[in-house]
Amino acid sequence: MSELFDFTLALGDDALITAQRLGEWTSRAPEMEEDVALANIALDQLGAARLLLTYAGELEGAGRDEDALAYLRGDREFRNCLLVELPNGDFGMTMAKLFLLAAYQLPLYTALSGCADERLAAIGAKARKESAYHLDHASLWVKRLGDGTDESHRRMQDAVDQVWPYTHELFTADPAAPVDPATLRADFDAVVSAVFDEATLTRPADGWAPGGGRDGVHTEHLSYLLAEMQVLHRAHPGARW
Amino acid sequence: MYGNDFAPPEDGPGGGLLGEVEAAEAALREAAARARRGGPAPDEDFAAYFADVIDADQKIEPRDWMPEAYRKTLIRQIAQHAHSEIIGMQPEGNWISRAPSLKRKAILLAKVQDEAGHGLYLYAAAETLGVSRDELVELLIEGRQKYSSIFNYPTLTWADVGAIGWLVDGAAIVNQVPLCRCSYGPYARAMIRVCKEESFHQRQGYEILHTLAHGTPEQKAMAQDAVDRWWYPSLAMFGPPDGDSTHSAQSMAWKIKRFSNDELRQRFVDMCVQQAEILGLTIPDPDLRWNEQRQSYDYTQPDYDELMRVIKGDGPCNRQRMEHRRRAHAEGAWVREAAAAYAAKRNSKEKVAA
Repeated sequence: MSELFDFTLALGDDALITAQRLGEWTSRAPEMEEDVALANIALDQLGAARLLLTYAGELEGAGRDEDALAYLRGDREFRNCLLVELPNGDFGMTMAKLFLLAAYQLPLYTALSGCADERLAAIGAKARKESAYHLDHASLWVKRLGDGTDESHRRMQDAVDQVWPYTHELFTADPAAPVDPATLRADFDAVVSAVFDEATLTRPADGWAPGGGRDGVHTEHLSYLLAEMQVLHRAHPGARW
Repeated sequence: MYGNDFAPPEDGPGGGLLGEVEAAEAALREAAARARRGGPAPDEDFAAYFADVIDADQKIEPRDWMPEAYRKTLIRQIAQHAHSEIIGMQPEGNWISRAPSLKRKAILLAKVQDEAGHGLYLYAAAETLGVSRDELVELLIEGRQKYSSIFNYPTLTWADVGAIGWLVDGAAIVNQVPLCRCSYGPYARAMIRVCKEESFHQRQGYEILHTLAHGTPEQKAMAQDAVDRWWYPSLAMFGPPDGDSTHSAQSMAWKIKRFSNDELRQRFVDMCVQQAEILGLTIPDPDLRWNEQRQSYDYTQPDYDELMRVIKGDGPCNRQRMEHRRRAHAEGAWVREAAAAYAAKRNSKEKVAA
């Protein structure tokens, strides 16, 4: 049971931190249509986070609901991958992060939709449709920016180079999990290579592979993100909102 | 969409006004169905035809001739409305990262997203009058067109998100419901859609305040403080008193505007009093009382000198809001250029292929 709790919590935390970062873009997007799109994707991620955290709380059986898990844990108790907690950077960096995340979440949720656990299967079936849209949206921007102007090409390549090392953590083998992340790597590589080619971007060499998020050892950024997210909730212990 | 998962509070606001929006929508359909001449007769004066359409409560459409001043008035009004939606994303967006529950975070994100959507279709409505969105955005960024002054006040606590929903969106709806019957068709149709969503937003704000007002003593104090700060600026949203309003008479004659600033303000006050009682919050006006003769509440006017100062640029957040918008626009320039370059490359490739 604890294995299933850890797995569900990790996916919920990925989605929650992604939503929190995307929410930072509100009213700052490069064009108005993109403000609508980024909010849409943030809402999808937040919706998935709520379903996953609620289920994780039930699996744990200690009476923690989605808000207790989101607002009353410290950074060492969060299980999200490092990729999602990295600061937004410029729009190219945000799209690089979203593209690589969606290229992982789509095969993950697709596999999950066929897993033996009914609740996770239902969440996977709902979230995979949303991930397909996220992947589509981010791919289009990676191509536009990669194959746009000289400046956008330089920025997009730079973003991909910076973010790439953080993708390895996503595929750390876990044979006991409902979906072993290691089995998703081939799908991810195929999608990423095709989009990079079309975007005239170079796939970075593999090497440095930072990790630790799944064990609660994060970058320096997460604690600040949580401080902001949790400040009001923690200032009023036990209050209803 | 996620997050809008709560039952509306009993006796919540929005019901009566939403009925008026639906009636306006029905009237719009009837006007469209009524036999229309489709244009002036060959020997008929354009201006006479325009006056005829307005008199008959028909809609002016983009293809129709219209007086230049009518066109300009509409462009100014619709653009200011669109700008207000876009700038209005900032004060509420300020609380997305700190929303106190995941449900509230989802509702707030969806609301701010709706505002971006309203901005988009209001700019589209303005474009039917022969001006481009880029031109209008430029006018906003250069400070040559205004947005609603209410957004120059800060959101200091979470309760401000509730107060904006209840009071600011409430005032906006009272202002906008009559615009659903505006003589210019594209604007009237856009307003019907906007009003329906705004009424939902107002209910959400009311619900936030209701929860706070029935929560801990700290939460209730937070709610009262927000109402204290937002009440008079919300009254000022209806504009200067009728005697000082420069655009009103002509707009009334053209059926762009249907009620005077003071009539709408009174309507808003009358609507809020009962809702405040249900909330258990106090409207910060010691002179607020029922006037049996007028069948309305007497109330204290907002500080119109303050309104003029804020309009002129000296509100608490004017500089911050404009700086934020300019920065987002400037920092997005390389992205928009890349998208245009990419589209141009694709077009030329398709032409070569064809």
